[in-house]
Amino acid sequence: MSEVTSELAGEVVDETLDEGLIEAEVLDEAEAADLAPADVLDEAVAQEYVANGGDWDDIVAAQQARGDETFVVNMGPQHPSTHGVLRLELEMDGETVTSIRPGIGFLHTGIEKSMEFKTWAQGSALCTRMDYVAPMFNEAVYCLAVEKLLEIEAPERANVLRVLVMELNRIASHLVALGTGGMEIGALTLMTIGFREREMILDFFEALCGTRMNHAYIRPGGVSIDLPESGLAQLRTVIEWMHKHLPEYAGFCNENPIFKGRMQNISVLDLPACMALGVTGPRLRGCGYPWDLRKDQPYCGYESYDFDVITWDTGDAYGAFRVRLQEMWESLKIVEQCYDKLEQTNGQPVMVEDPRLMWPGHLTVGPDGQGNSFAHVKEVMGQSMEALIQHFKTVTEGFHVPAGQAYQAIESPKGELGCYLVSDGGTRPYRAHFRDPGFHHMQAVPAMCEGGMMSDVVVAVGSIDPVLGGVDR
Amino acid sequence: MSATAGEVVAAAAAQPTAVAVKEGMWGSGPGDVSGYGGLRRPLLRHQRSTRPYGGYFDAVAGRLRALVPALPEDFVAVDRGQMIAYIPRDLLLDVVRATRDDALLRFEICTSVTGVHYPDEPGAEFHVVYELLSITHNRRLRLEVTAPDGDAKIPSITATYPMANWHERETWDMFGVEFPGHPALTRILMPDDWIGHPQRKDYPLGGVPVEFKGAEVPPPDERRSY
Repeated sequence: MSEVTSELAGEVVDETLDEGLIEAEVLDEAEAADLAPADVLDEAVAQEYVANGGDWDDIVAAQQARGDETFVVNMGPQHPSTHGVLRLELEMDGETVTSIRPGIGFLHTGIEKSMEFKTWAQGSALCTRMDYVAPMFNEAVYCLAVEKLLEIEAPERANVLRVLVMELNRIASHLVALGTGGMEIGALTLMTIGFREREMILDFFEALCGTRMNHAYIRPGGVSIDLPESGLAQLRTVIEWMHKHLPEYAGFCNENPIFKGRMQNISVLDLPACMALGVTGPRLRGCGYPWDLRKDQPYCGYESYDFDVITWDTGDAYGAFRVRLQEMWESLKIVEQCYDKLEQTNGQPVMVEDPRLMWPGHLTVGPDGQGNSFAHVKEVMGQSMEALIQHFKTVTEGFHVPAGQAYQAIESPKGELGCYLVSDGGTRPYRAHFRDPGFHHMQAVPAMCEGGMMSDVVVAVGSIDPVLGGVDR
Repeated sequence: MSATAGEVVAAAAAQPTAVAVKEGMWGSGPGDVSGYGGLRRPLLRHQRSTRPYGGYFDAVAGRLRALVPALPEDFVAVDRGQMIAYIPRDLLLDVVRATRDDALLRFEICTSVTGVHYPDEPGAEFHVVYELLSITHNRRLRLEVTAPDGDAKIPSITATYPMANWHERETWDMFGVEFPGHPALTRILMPDDWIGHPQRKDYPLGGVPVEFKGAEVPPPDERRSY
């Protein structure tokens, strides 16, 4: 009887696989199935095993009774090691992944569509919510694209502030990449100290612009607000803190045999594979190719900073880790140069002076929080009707951007982050599209995982460091 | 490596042409402070540029025409110092094969594929935009391909640029542009059973009126635009 059934099951399995259907599904977190043997035999097409931290032996026994060769395991979308809401469908032969298909879209919020109904200045507050681990980069790439359409350039101090927040954000993003990546393979300390350091950076952002995440700090034409009075002192604290604590990561990991055992020769992407799949960022530099848009196609004045492009030559998850680790030091180097430049440019404007473009009112922090400066309110309410009208029109209508299209790319912590904007001459984007590196790199997951072990899937996903807010937008 | 993408000095800027005129009650003419001066704004699209294009653009355009002789004479627009090559859709596969394989072009990576919906351009309602990146020469190139609404099909470039796979799926999902030749053209961001393509201009944003004491603000897609 059992032979007949397994034969039958085998036939059906072949058919269903041809059609790309799921043959059997194991859900991570569902209840242990109490399957009567009769049910198992009747359900010859696709047996679904549901596990909820219960007795796994039941599933193993039921599976053995069926004699299925392959399993389809559904991982996510609610899984702690998928960096958000990523769903992975794995076809398993024992512990070996024979096929893996990422499923995305669970965090799609229609940011690009929403931007078509908001003014150009408001777009900064929308796009910052895409890759929420590196929000400053979303704002920067969007504002640089708008400025390209306007054919203007932000003033020098605004560029220094942009570089400063981007590099601090790069450190924070890499800390999350290392921390969560470590946590997923059992190195929990990496996560706790990673978030401890990141907290210092988020505190600085909070002092700078009022929010820890989703800043809308970088605006078309400059940045929203200058450093607070205590800003440089706090920045010095952050720099010193990083100098003190960043060496810990190398000490914990670089020669740790367990860490190396989990990372070395895992999820290998060599240079031809990176080129074929268009992989950029730490994974490409981890193959030894020094491609960094900050050097190769500089923006925001990166050409005036002294830093190195970090490479590694192994092309595996360990190489990506070492590249990220060393890049944090390079970012810290840039942050220190920003410190000097901020001292030199003290008092200079942080927004273009064109009253048609700039957000009116010179934001300041008063006793009741951030808002328009008192001098501006006094002028528009008491002295200048025209200034009041200009203020009103800029805030409600927004500014017009000449018709045309532009693509801007910057080096985000994950790779090339691009923004494609189309303007029809109005006060809103006609079309805004973001090319998120995580979205692009997720296509490389099958190339990294197939043929490997199931336990290495989380290492592979962690090595490209996707953030699903950016992937799904 | 003579000119990088960051340093291009564009010689000839494309002159925009008006395809339609947007009119409304609320707008601001010159000298008007009431906000009720009436809105009249031409909706602008780009024409082709003329030679010389400046930077590496002339070399790329010349090489493309040498490799794909069927390309029309005026297929290049230069906008904001960036090169846009308008490619007829039946030539797209020849062009991308040339851009990837030719040593003088060598655009190894297609970084992004996306769409734009221009409902007021009859016969070219859908534009699909390809961003190509040459790491060898440190150059960028944008290809733009159009398709009419009734026949929104553009051949898939995944055979040449495998990394365009998900981008084409997203463009299909958001705009309903089909890519014949794609290995598995399914929805990627929206649910599989979703009806409609959200990034089309005729697809509503959705939303509810915002209530205030004594007033009501309409949802964002019903508010005035300028």
